Amino acid sequence: MTDATTDSQSRDKKGGIILDMHGLRIEGRSDEIWHEIVHGVNVTLRRGEVLGLIGESGAGKSTIGLAAMGFARDGCRISGGSIMFDGVDLAKASDDSLRQLRGSRIAYVAQSAAAAFNPAHRLIDQYCEAPVQHGIMPRSEAESDAIDLYHRLRLPEPESIGFRYPHQVSGGQLQRAMTAMAMACRPDLIVFDEPTTALDVTTQIEVLSAIRDIVRQFDTAAIYITHDLAVVSQMADRIMVLRHGNLIEEGETRGMIEDPQKEYTRDLLAVRTFRKELSDEPDAEIPLLRVQGVSAAYGKVPVLHNVSMDIHRRRTVAVVGESGSGKSTMARVITGLLPPSQGAVYYDGQPLAPSHRRRSKDDKRRLQMIYQMPDTAINPRQRVRSIIGRPLEFYLGMRGEDRDARIMQLLEMIELDPDEFIDRYPGELSGGQKQRICIARALAAEPELIICDEVTSALDQLVAEEILKLLQRLQDELGLAYMFITHDIATVRAVADEIVVMLQGEVVEHGPKAEVLSPPHHEYTELLLSSVPEMDPDWLDNLLVERSDQPA
Amino acid sequence: MSQIGRLVAQRLALGLLTLFVVSLIIFLCIELLPGNLAQEILGQGATPETVAAFNRELGLDLPPHERYITWLLDMLQGDFGRSLASQREISELLAVRVQNTFFLAGVAAIIAIPLAVTLGILAALYRDSWYDRMVNVLTLTSISFPEFFVAYILIIVLAVNLGMFPSISNISDDLGFWEKVYRTALPALTLTLVCVAHMMRMTRAAIINLMASPYIEMARLKGLKPGRIILKHALPNALAPIINVVVLNLAYLVVGVVLVEVVFVYPGLGQLFVDSVSKRDIPVVQACSLIFAMTYVLLNLLADVLSIMSNPRLLHPR
Repeated sequence: MTDATTDSQSRDKKGGIILDMHGLRIEGRSDEIWHEIVHGVNVTLRRGEVLGLIGESGAGKSTIGLAAMGFARDGCRISGGSIMFDGVDLAKASDDSLRQLRGSRIAYVAQSAAAAFNPAHRLIDQYCEAPVQHGIMPRSEAESDAIDLYHRLRLPEPESIGFRYPHQVSGGQLQRAMTAMAMACRPDLIVFDEPTTALDVTTQIEVLSAIRDIVRQFDTAAIYITHDLAVVSQMADRIMVLRHGNLIEEGETRGMIEDPQKEYTRDLLAVRTFRKELSDEPDAEIPLLRVQGVSAAYGKVPVLHNVSMDIHRRRTVAVVGESGSGKSTMARVITGLLPPSQGAVYYDGQPLAPSHRRRSKDDKRRLQMIYQMPDTAINPRQRVRSIIGRPLEFYLGMRGEDRDARIMQLLEMIELDPDEFIDRYPGELSGGQKQRICIARALAAEPELIICDEVTSALDQLVAEEILKLLQRLQDELGLAYMFITHDIATVRAVADEIVVMLQGEVVEHGPKAEVLSPPHHEYTELLLSSVPEMDPDWLDNLLVERSDQPA
Repeated sequence: MSQIGRLVAQRLALGLLTLFVVSLIIFLCIELLPGNLAQEILGQGATPETVAAFNRELGLDLPPHERYITWLLDMLQGDFGRSLASQREISELLAVRVQNTFFLAGVAAIIAIPLAVTLGILAALYRDSWYDRMVNVLTLTSISFPEFFVAYILIIVLAVNLGMFPSISNISDDLGFWEKVYRTALPALTLTLVCVAHMMRMTRAAIINLMASPYIEMARLKGLKPGRIILKHALPNALAPIINVVVLNLAYLVVGVVLVEVVFVYPGLGQLFVDSVSKRDIPVVQACSLIFAMTYVLLNLLADVLSIMSNPRLLHPR
């Protein structure tokens, strides 16, 4: 392949300006009042250039990305500034002229391909829609073009994959099919809105490299939106860091990564530096929790095969693996929500009843859970007082002033001001604060083991880091044991004492952190570890070269 | 396809079970009705002997469970028994009436369903416009009046004042098709006015419900025309709830027409049902009830099957 040479050439000769957003202001409506959410941002993009927009949730990056198409979601409006796209001001253009540009000259790739493809139509029908409706080419030509693009995006069975329905295709493949769909009219600009956020790391690599190649092949300008600095540094020529609808910093990718100018950018770069101090080796005593030879199935579909693991007091065991590897099922077996078909779970040497219905209140009390989505894990119609108070009443029989005093104490432990927060509703809390309330609720039962199921993956990285530090402090103070379910290797590096690597319902590797993370690895652990993006613009190139050198 | 086959078979079995339970309930309810049939028919002057003879002749002296089983078995063979009032075969009596009722329901459905779905799609397309509001207000108004009231208004305006349609819908088999349609116009229009609102609002709501989904946003960002977005992207995914409400309304058209039939003196099942109740013609009441129940069960079954068929995940398994 001569990609490398054409790449560097195309990078050097960027064309004229294709998009120039000047003083862009966007307002969003809440409680019937319009609030400004983007405060006068300038964005310029040359032909063939890839611009990374990065920031935490609420930074306005998606809103700006959509504004580049002259589009504002329901409840939002473009309230000021100009959006010049190839000589046309999209902020002032009529609906009709915007519609003619969208899909044909500016295209969009959404975060969740599974949701953005219409479930009722085949992939290729959705692909052909834009070119045919915009009158760019007839259906037959569009179809053969689609197959060509599926091929270039390295989709399996490119001739036939388009004739499947979205639910018949995996997430990573769908994401590439959507990139192909965006390419259908050979647009001048594509907006990628977090295209790999919902994917596993191993899948993310395939999608990232496919997207990057196709954008370079057709010399398409792109806006690449993500919250992950490591990902964007693989994709973008230039990066803009956004926060609360303002531009924080802008610069060439390499320069920004190596020498960030602003405090906030440095924070974003530093998020993956937190490390737990290794705790002592466990004594030879009986493990707090022992999972022995457990197999489990949903109906007739087997999910776990002969899984064993131990969790000792004061230790954090991280369970890693891709989605579908059986991590969460394991938690369901341990908590008794899914009785295993074989094997058993022992707590402190004693067997636990397979079903939670037959476990004593005390068995349940000692084993608590914290979930991935704090939004759905707490009742939006209850105040913090009753959310945390409930386990105090149920497990410990606390009432009245005792209970309230304990709630205050718990709120202090999770670093929220008790007087300010005790009577709030979940709707009045941020994502990180909600997760803290979930932690307090788990702590209220005075557990010995807490199962943390992807507790930080729905949170922004800076907030996630705070939560991890909090959990660590609580472990040191209270001597808790954690089972930490995650697909994020960075989290594992940060918190784990021991690591269990799972693949398709089996444990493929198991041991202390240092051992599992240092070579030699199991093949799959190696794949998982090497797939985690690093803050190095050359990481993806080097990795792809490395992998292509190795025989598959 | 086997998955669909299994689901359909499952629903079918459930439908049969429902019908069986319904037949049991109908029988029990009629058992509970006060009054002695023989007394009612033979009049005050009947001697105990004639009453006993009458009961024996009709098998009414047997214990209830035996009568139920006989009735059920006869039913299964298509033998509905004889009417007590007219002594005619009930199946013969029903045939004409069922035909008439289905004819009326059919005419109403052919007007109402396309009208409601179109109005609903247009209301979704022009959401919050004056058109949307007007359609909502009009359909809501028409559903808010009881159907006999709507019927009388239509009679006053269209039959009495304008003289466009006959106010009494007396149809019989010897009339030509279009003559029948003409005479059925007013009751069909009444039914349409009553059931259009429900279907139209469900169509509108089902489509609008999907308008916030990511694939609709994607369709808009592909620069498609609003009409195409609704017809091609929203409607296919909104079919299940729409089908359900349409079929429920079909069932209403067949079963719920009693009042309308009475107002227009239309010779349908509803009329027969009302007459038979007042004459204590129990076998006819039972047969009518069972037909109504069957219509409901079968149409609901149809709704289930169509909803399943409209789900691409089931239609095209992995």
